[in-house]
Amino acid sequence: MNTPNWLRAIGRVSLLIWAALGLLFLFTPILITVIYSFNEPTGKYNYVWNKFSLAGWADPLKYPELTDALIFSLKIAIVVTVIATLLGTLLAMAMVKYKFRAKGVIGAILILPLTMPEVALGFSLLTLFVAVNWSRGFVTIIIAQVMFSVSYVATTVRARIRGFDWRLEEASLDLGASSFRTFRKITLPLIAPGVVAAAMLTFALSLDDFIITYLNSGLDNTFPIQIWNMKRSKIPVQINVFSTALLVISVILAITVVVGGNRRSRKLAGLTEVSSASFTS
Amino acid sequence: MTAAAAPSRFRRSRRDRGGDDTGVPARRWFTPWLLIAPGGLWLLIFFIVPLFSLGRLSLQSGGLSNYSTVISDNSTVIIRTFIYATISTIAAIIIGYPLAYVIATKGGKYKNFLLALVVLPFFVTYLVRTLSWKILLFDGGPVVGILHSLGILNENQGVLGSPFAVIAALTYNFLPFMVLPIYVSLEKLDRRLLDAAADLYSSPARAFRKVTLPLSLPGLFAGTLLTFIPAAGDFVNSELLGSERTVMIGNIIEKNFGKEFFRPELSALSFMLMAIILIGVIIYARLLGTEEIA
Repeated sequence: MNTPNWLRAIGRVSLLIWAALGLLFLFTPILITVIYSFNEPTGKYNYVWNKFSLAGWADPLKYPELTDALIFSLKIAIVVTVIATLLGTLLAMAMVKYKFRAKGVIGAILILPLTMPEVALGFSLLTLFVAVNWSRGFVTIIIAQVMFSVSYVATTVRARIRGFDWRLEEASLDLGASSFRTFRKITLPLIAPGVVAAAMLTFALSLDDFIITYLNSGLDNTFPIQIWNMKRSKIPVQINVFSTALLVISVILAITVVVGGNRRSRKLAGLTEVSSASFTS
Repeated sequence: MTAAAAPSRFRRSRRDRGGDDTGVPARRWFTPWLLIAPGGLWLLIFFIVPLFSLGRLSLQSGGLSNYSTVISDNSTVIIRTFIYATISTIAAIIIGYPLAYVIATKGGKYKNFLLALVVLPFFVTYLVRTLSWKILLFDGGPVVGILHSLGILNENQGVLGSPFAVIAALTYNFLPFMVLPIYVSLEKLDRRLLDAAADLYSSPARAFRKVTLPLSLPGLFAGTLLTFIPAAGDFVNSELLGSERTVMIGNIIEKNFGKEFFRPELSALSFMLMAIILIGVIIYARLLGTEEIA
């Protein structure tokens, strides 16, 4: 109790300043991505600011290889989201609702992929595909992404539906509702917020993933892989244009979902749940 | 959640997040297995089996000597990788813990907005985020300009290609993974404990050391793993921002994964990376007392 008040005040203020600097650190590169979508680079690389221009936005489809890669990425993300959300939700329901043998083992297997570096995870999967002589492409990318997404979905949904009163289902069945009607009227509304959060997270992870996807992609290029391949020839402003557009769309989507589901508990992004639930629970 | 929130609600949210899901025995024993089968088989075939295939491949043609070869050939790179990952993890704690603390305790009604800012980087693809770092650190860019005017760098020196560039970007890229779990553990901390500490004449600093910090250890633990693991396996930052002076384990795997002849040694390298991290995780879990993980 003997710290002088003025010293304490300085401590408080410097803590706030430090935190603000931390946010700035996180925010600046994103701002740079947006600002540089309006650049008119002098050479082939959009690294140095030259002058303001709308050229990139006026002609976003200038590089068909980039556009095709983005469309390919979106296709992959949709398929991966559907499969991983379904499989992960089923796993989470089994883990939360039932007591069974080997539950600990299943839980450990679910967390294990999250504790491994992507490059090792991706490379080990590649050794399997090589061993069975399976050519890499669309299907192997889906397999790889679903593999790590299932863990994320299961952990997210599990954290969300934990502690629910599952006796409601029995009550519904006892009152004569069919099991389909029970699922539609009781189970689905209970798990929906968690499932939606997990699906959004999976979609974002799929678009974002580079390392595992790259190792198992063969000659097919997702958006990040295309950028990787272009890094020694050109980095056009269209990369920033697409990224900015995706950023704006995802922010609007996230706000819509968050505001639409106006429950306090739904407000955190799915990542908060995953990152905490995977290790702290 | 503020201290003013209704106690009943507070308790419920604590149980929901932290309680264990013991569940009930299913009426038919196979019901849970029906739910597990699709996802479980996927993980079995495409996660567990590949680990064995990687392990088997790593022992091909040379046996265990593959490991000693790969370690002695790449000792500098291996050490460098873990040094980079350690520094960027510590930097992420130094930046991330105060940030999470301020958002959780002083965020008020802006809490969700501030958290949204923290996860915003995830809405821009990893590679593009790293390219933005290249713009920031480019010769003639803002960071180099500041370092020149401060006299830290000579006029003809740049930042790109240096360990600093790679470590800074590694810290940046995985920082949200540090902030979020720490935030979660601080947010569910019972503020009444701090009131009790103050009532019992503890100084705020002592209350932080004795109450807040220990109770946020699970979040700190999760954050450390979620930052260290991807940093140790990364090759993107070193490739885009570094030079041959900053080569990491991931870069070696990335450069050679298409070449058949390198596979046994390369598998040994991947397996070693995985094993070191897994052992580290277990030791770290014991040290911090979060045995649930190990």
